Amino acid sequence: MVAGALLMLGLAAGSSSRAATVKLLNVSYDPTRELYEEYNKAFAVYWKSKTGDTVIVNQSHGGSGKQARSVIDGLEADVVTLALAYDIDALATQGGLIPPNWQKRLPSNSTPYTSTIVFLVRKGNAKNIHDWGDLVRPDVQVITPSPKTSGGARWNYLAAWAWALKQPGGSDASAEAFVKKLYHNVPVLDSGARGATVTFVERGIGDVLLAWENEAYLAVKELGPNKFDIVAPSISIIAEPPVSIVDQNVDEHGTRKVAEEYLTYLYSPQGQEIAVKHFYRPRDPAVAAKYAGQFQNIPLLLTVDAVFGGWTKAQATHFADHGTFDRIYGR
Amino acid sequence: MATTASVALKGRKPRVILPGFGLTLGYTMLYLSLLVLIPLCAVFIRSLSGGWGHFWEVVTAPRVLASLRLSFGASLIAALINVLFGLIVSWVLVRYTFPFKRFIDAMVDLPFALPTAVAGIALTALYAPNGWIGAWLAPMGIHVAFTPLGIVVALTFIGLPFVVRTLQPVLEELDKEVEQAAASLGASAVQAFCRVIFPALWPALLTGFALAFARAVGEYGSVIFIAGNMPMRSEIAPLLIVSKLEQYDYAGATAIAVVMLVLSFALMFGINALQNWASTRHGER
Repeated sequence: MVAGALLMLGLAAGSSSRAATVKLLNVSYDPTRELYEEYNKAFAVYWKSKTGDTVIVNQSHGGSGKQARSVIDGLEADVVTLALAYDIDALATQGGLIPPNWQKRLPSNSTPYTSTIVFLVRKGNAKNIHDWGDLVRPDVQVITPSPKTSGGARWNYLAAWAWALKQPGGSDASAEAFVKKLYHNVPVLDSGARGATVTFVERGIGDVLLAWENEAYLAVKELGPNKFDIVAPSISIIAEPPVSIVDQNVDEHGTRKVAEEYLTYLYSPQGQEIAVKHFYRPRDPAVAAKYAGQFQNIPLLLTVDAVFGGWTKAQATHFADHGTFDRIYGR
Repeated sequence: MATTASVALKGRKPRVILPGFGLTLGYTMLYLSLLVLIPLCAVFIRSLSGGWGHFWEVVTAPRVLASLRLSFGASLIAALINVLFGLIVSWVLVRYTFPFKRFIDAMVDLPFALPTAVAGIALTALYAPNGWIGAWLAPMGIHVAFTPLGIVVALTFIGLPFVVRTLQPVLEELDKEVEQAAASLGASAVQAFCRVIFPALWPALLTGFALAFARAVGEYGSVIFIAGNMPMRSEIAPLLIVSKLEQYDYAGATAIAVVMLVLSFALMFGINALQNWASTRHGER
């Protein structure tokens, strides 16, 4: 008995001296809270079986731009998982925390999962909304957050622009005119995606909510499938919420290896399955094929790189001061 | 001896009962510097990091001017409403006893305690076209949520306790006998209020007004939910600061902040001066 207890003690002491506890901070944007809660558990199990170490991942969520600013101002994030590349670019350009080529370091633009922009309409779709062109009809009210304050909503804006550009005879001028008409049908510009969802769902304002596909599915799941329908437009944009380690911080914390593994594991079949569970589109072709039926069928999906020449350019042209969005509301 | 000592002291500093002027002043300066002056200096310096040209361009943009007009205008209206109704509330709470008085008294503080986002969401739920109050107002063509009117409602809500809590102690000190004396000297109720009570309350009312106004100008959390945030129409200045920050335009964001700061400070300074003038005039009577 005593010998057994001593042996146990010895084992416990031995294992604790060998195995370490590592802490990571993942700074992310709002709608990924549940995704990373589940993923962190899965990664902890994986890491323990691989190295014997315990990894505790703390999460921080908020608006994508606000989160990036916190990291620039000194929040000690080991990894960032934000809503758009522009916000992670800021870590390189504003803070010098990561190298400028960060997006080339991981496969698929450093984006392990994607989403796209779809329409959420009220059950039955009484207003007959089927494509972007329907959104500029005078009897339709559109709910979407301000792309000035919401990183996620910038994808909505670009998706509308991309559709107009791909119409017969489409040009930058016709796209701007279309988007201007669309935003004239927007009665409330919320500051973030969750606020817009509340306006549409709880306040009963508007006929259609422009939303990320994963958020639309979540809204239908949580609020009841008998209240809303998801409508897939003919053309949309591939929303890429990228990920990166924060070099300066992981080197300081000595967590580079585990942080890198934390991000690459997102690309593994296990990581991809968790993303699917939270309605994000997987990158892995096998996983994507397995769950193809779970996502909206959108005939043409475009990337921000192909249509807009990347985020830096898109931001400068459309969302910076005097960009196209400011012109829409100009005098 | 006693007289010579007091004569000798006359030429020196005025006599203070408790010592420690130097220490407390030093502490005050340090405290104010750390908490107020240094952060504000940083704002000023940062606002000029893009150069004067950029500063001027930002603060004279039509959208910024519209938002400043809205922020200060709505705050002014809200503070005025609070002065009127805050006076009534504090009067009732001080002068009368009625059931649940303690409870109602405590309720006045709720806007202090509630996270402002919660207030914004609750007010929006009430005043939205499908809300309890909004559903009544909508058929009459009155839209509160998602209009500048909604902003005034939210700012009135958060400013209420400031007026009530500054008026209450003053009202409590104001003896009922003063009114009775006025009445016995032949003053009508209106005269008693205008010439006896109001002059005594006037400085406290101004303080309450200034506090409610200042609080409203800087308010963000509750307003963004009810405002609708339409450019040129229902977009408050703090929202523009946030949207500049979203573009990592620190210089632009702080430029708007500086304008708000200077305007607020000028207004507070003016109100303070008015108050000093009012209280000395009242004191001379």
